This record gives sequence, structure tokens and C-alpha cells, in this order.
Amino acid sequence: MTIETDVAIIGAGPIGLFAVFELGLLDLKCHLIDILDRPGGQCTELYPEKPIYDIPGLPIVTGQELVNRLLEQIKPFDPQFHFGEMAVALEKLSDGRWKLKTDAGTEIIAPVIVVAAGAGSFQPKRPPVPGIEKFENAGDGIGVHYAVRKMETFRGKNILIAGGGDSALDWVINLAPLAKSMTLVHHRDGFRAAQHSVNQMRELEAAGKVKFHVASVKQVHGEPGKLTGVTLAGTDKNEWHHEADTFLPFFGLTIKLGPIAEFGINLHENLIPVDTARFESQTPGIFAIGDINAYTGKLKLILSGFHEAALMAQAAFHICKPNEKLRFQYTTSSSNLQKKLGVS
Amino acid sequence: MKIRAVDRQGKEYTLEGRDGWSVMEILRDGGLDIAAECGGACACATCHVYVNDGWYEKLPAPSEAEVDMLDMALAVEPNSRLSCQIVCSDTTDGIKVTVAPE
Repeated sequence: MTIETDVAIIGAGPIGLFAVFELGLLDLKCHLIDILDRPGGQCTELYPEKPIYDIPGLPIVTGQELVNRLLEQIKPFDPQFHFGEMAVALEKLSDGRWKLKTDAGTEIIAPVIVVAAGAGSFQPKRPPVPGIEKFENAGDGIGVHYAVRKMETFRGKNILIAGGGDSALDWVINLAPLAKSMTLVHHRDGFRAAQHSVNQMRELEAAGKVKFHVASVKQVHGEPGKLTGVTLAGTDKNEWHHEADTFLPFFGLTIKLGPIAEFGINLHENLIPVDTARFESQTPGIFAIGDINAYTGKLKLILSGFHEAALMAQAAFHICKPNEKLRFQYTTSSSNLQKKLGVS
Repeated sequence: MKIRAVDRQGKEYTLEGRDGWSVMEILRDGGLDIAAECGGACACATCHVYVNDGWYEKLPAPSEAEVDMLDMALAVEPNSRLSCQIVCSDTTDGIKVTVAPE
């Protein structure tokens, strides 16, 4: 799928969302890409329930509420979201525009790219087990997987799951009926998962359908691509071999910069240096706003990102509409802006 | 008050603690490679450290929220803590921590 638009925004966190508003006031249309399956970035992934106290005008707001309000605020501008997709390549076209590709095959052609990627993209945490990467992408149902796409591919396998959260327990419960054997390991005899899941797991354990060990995976064994087993270590440091076709670690997500590092944008310590008048990187047409950018005096605050989005939008306008005059207006007094917002 | 810290490469640092600051903040400002993605909200488990030399037992016990969040950390050991939840004070003077693997 190839799309032409004004601005492609990488990252649908609070700053990427507010950028839609500032760009929208200037009649610039946006497409947003995010590796997560919903908007909000860190606000919804890490702390949806935690209160934020330093958003101007909102004495207290949770991460999720802030995102909900931003979505409401940008609704008039009809932003197009591409969730569950990672921006993987960026190339310059002969007409001066950019072509941004995602791992799902989406191609967005736009004169302006805005990187609002926070600290990067959320990716599954990989346990620090030597050689574990050799068993990733081994094929359906075998080797190391950080997500379950098709349950059926795990039928008849000796499955080992590590972790103590909801994902770990949900997959123990759901995959146990079709596994040849199901083993769960966790570093303590307690779980942060929902109580009914914990109860279900304990019932399966009592019925002999799930084995549970307070242990951790120390080594993985087998030929590259074909896992045969792991070495487990218990709390008293005793180690034993455990046969497994499949190892599913569920330790949540962490943030890695990811493919942005290969876009040819100048980086300094994994951040994008920008000027503070335009918030443009050293590559014309590519902007960086929010936690991903760096400049003298930078503070990683949501409110700073909002300011950066407003200035970026002014500069982006001149790139997208080089022959038009930018009319600076206030939403309180401009009937033209109010029409765009759908309030007059 | 001092904090002795060991990074993932095994290099040792002696950092100046500040009363009321979290150990995570001292490590971060001391230049150690510690993600602390959530900024100290006990919401991400990326400031995971091991507390060494008998200091684990000397600290106040972790909260239920911290114990839960440690379930999302990798390579958890009996002396694992989230450094954003350890508060510097006179009683932590000389504490030793090792940054856990990513």
C-alpha cells in the first residue's frame, strides 16, 4: 500500500498526537506509524493508571486520560494510524519527498517526516541467556518466541514459558491443553498476574497438566534453529536439564532505538540533534520532537514536546506549501481555525 | 554519603549520594548505563540492580508494587531491587549495587 500525504509521523505517543493538531491547524494531513497496537506510547504502555501532575492546565491526569484527551483534540483533523507497524526504511525520492516504509509493507510518501519516537520502539525483553538469538525466528511453534500468533502451531510441543505476569500465565493456561508438556518457570512462587489466572494455573498444576518451578533459564541447547532443551537453575543454584521444543519468555517490553538508527539521520548518543527554531534534524525535511531529540537545555517533559510540535509545524508548512503564506492565527479568535476544528 | 556502583562491564564507581534521592537518579546522573524508562514510577523494571555485600538485608523491604514489577525484570536474583525505589539516606551510606543485565 502506497500513501501520499503531507507529513508522516513516526510514533503515536502524546507528542506525535499533538503534532497532528498543530499541523492540522495549518491544513497539513498526517499519517502516524506506531509499533504498538494502540495510541499513547509510554503513557499507555508503561503508566496508563499513573497520575501526571505537570501538564499545564490539567492539575492531575493519568497517562491514559491524557492520551484520550489528545485523541479527542485531534479528531477534527482525521489522522490516519498505522498500528503494529515499525518504520524500517527511509529513502529520498528524486522529487525531494521522502518514502517511509514499514515492516508491514506500508509506504508513505511525504515531504516532511516527523520522528516522535520517544526513546525508540517497544520490543520484547530478551532474557540475557547466551546464544538465545540463534533460536529466534526458528519457525512456527519451535525455538524462541516472544509472542503467540497462531496457537495451533504450538500443538504437540514441549513448551517452556518464563515469566510471572499476565502474558506468561495467560499463555500457560491457553497453550497447556494443546501442548505435549507445559512447564512454567518464574523467579519466585508468586505472580503479578490477575488472581483468576493465578488460580487457573494452580489448578492446572494440581491436575498435573502444568509443571511449575521457581527457577530461571541459564542456557539454551540445540542446533541453531532447533531448540532441544535448556538449563534451569533453582533458587539454591542447583542446575538441571529440561527438554523443550519451544521457549516463550514473557518479560514485557523494553525500548530500543531500532531501525531509526539506520535512516541516515545524524545521531548523538541515540538522540537526534535539532535546532531550537524548527526542531529539524541535520537532514532537511526530517524533524524530531519529544524525548528523541537533543538540544542545549533539553528537558524530557511532555510539555516541552508540545512546544516543539508547534514550532516544527510552522517549519513543516513552508516545506509542504512553499508558495503559500503562513497565516498565524489564534484558535480563540479565528473563525477559519474554528471551522477546521468543527466548532463554528 | 557514598554509593558504590558496578556497571555492566564490571567497572566500579563511587558516587556521592544525596539525601532523599533515589539510587536510580544517582546512577543515572553518574553516567551509568541504566534505562529507567519510566523515570522512576516503578512501572518498567529497567533500573534493576543487585544489592551487594549484605546491603539487601539492611534496606527496608520492597513494596508489593516493586515485588510485582520485578516480575518484568530479567535475571532476577534474591538480592534484586529496582533502584528507583531505594531512597538515599544516612542509613544507605556505603551501599553497593550492581547494574543487572539488559
